[in-house]
Amino acid sequence: MSFWEYANPQKFMQLSRKVMPWVAGASVLCLVGGLAWGFFGTPDDYKQGSTVKIIYLHVPAAMMAINAWVMMLVTSLVWLIRRHHVSALAAKAAAPVGLVFTLIALATGALWGQPMWGTWWAWDPRLTSFLILALFYLGYIALWQAVDDPDTAADLTGVLCIVGSVFALLSRYAVNFWNQGLHQGASLSLDKEENVADVFWFPLLVCIAGFVLLFLALVLLRTRTEIRARRMGALLARERMG
Amino acid sequence: MIALLVRDMRLAMRAGGGFGLGLAFFLLVAVLVPLGVGPNSTVLALIAPGILWVGALLACLLSLDRVFALDFEDGSLDLLVTAPIPLEGVVAIKALAHWTVTGLPLTIVAPVLGVLLNLPVDGYVWLVVSLALGTPALSVIGAFGAALTVGLKRGGLLLSLLVLPLYVPTLIFGAEVVKRGAEGMATGTPLALLAAITAGAAALLPFASAAAIRINLR
Repeated sequence: MSFWEYANPQKFMQLSRKVMPWVAGASVLCLVGGLAWGFFGTPDDYKQGSTVKIIYLHVPAAMMAINAWVMMLVTSLVWLIRRHHVSALAAKAAAPVGLVFTLIALATGALWGQPMWGTWWAWDPRLTSFLILALFYLGYIALWQAVDDPDTAADLTGVLCIVGSVFALLSRYAVNFWNQGLHQGASLSLDKEENVADVFWFPLLVCIAGFVLLFLALVLLRTRTEIRARRMGALLARERMG
Repeated sequence: MIALLVRDMRLAMRAGGGFGLGLAFFLLVAVLVPLGVGPNSTVLALIAPGILWVGALLACLLSLDRVFALDFEDGSLDLLVTAPIPLEGVVAIKALAHWTVTGLPLTIVAPVLGVLLNLPVDGYVWLVVSLALGTPALSVIGAFGAALTVGLKRGGLLLSLLVLPLYVPTLIFGAEVVKRGAEGMATGTPLALLAAITAGAAALLPFASAAAIRINLR
């Protein structure tokens, strides 16, 4: 019994059929519970008032936007090295989800920034690097759409994902150099004294768990769809041949 | 390899458009921006480094789809793949040829356009130095984008979408060098980082580009 067994589409479909409803259910539970707790069960911040509550959407979405790209990088590497089709399809399935999370982070950030910073948008390093991340997602998705042959598309997007990761990281630190930040620093680090207060921290943790599970559920669902679409294409091709 | 370099440069110069187009575009940007922004010389001096770098970047982008597409259409790319020299070398040479016909002329005419944009006197040296150091990275990165999209019909727009985010670090450091130079500040740090990007991209990206071409020609 090894992890690689699930590279077999049949095995993957069997497992994901069983796991997916639980993941989706847990994600809904966490999101509803965490958001309700966050919105109604926590006090207003003394400086930010009730706008602080956007943290429960903004922070988890931003975290998952980055983690989705990391997951795509890992699955692309698995595809390029071990040639497991499920892996390539999972990367393809994750990209639009990651893009939407990036846009959620940008939109909620703008909504919060308007009352707090007095502007919808500032060319702050974090905001800028998220905009660039969104462009990387767009390019990646567009390349998948543009190439007809699925294996060629998987290879090319895999190479793009690896090169893109390096340049995304470079851009992240380049924009730091280019402008001073307006955005507050990390407030969830495990190794720092000063972090977000526990009242906000616990519901936030539930929301983060909810977003992770939501991402997992969506990727599983989309990967299953991709596998089914691939099978359907194969069946149609066989029918045309015979 | 030298034969390939000479061939590519000849083709780029003679086949019409490719060579002059980037330069003409760069010139147009430098002429149009003051018309759009207004002739206020302090404003122009302030934005000149950025405009010149963005103009050079877009001019570079303009001729990228020619790097591999023409060779792909007439089949000479297949011959190059099976040739005894490694494909990574071919890609590097093609990027070099692209740079010699776009990046190098851009670097040479940039000071003239700097006059149009009222670039402060201290900035000229740094403009030339930063373009000379940075535009090779633009060509190498662009060759990677061209390699990814070589088999596609109408790959031009996709090429820009793929390449522009990759250009971000080069643009930031390049424009920063000129800005700091124009203000009389020390330029060492961004210049070193710009050179590092060029060196790293030139050393590593040809492998990725060659892999992409092999995939596309499979």
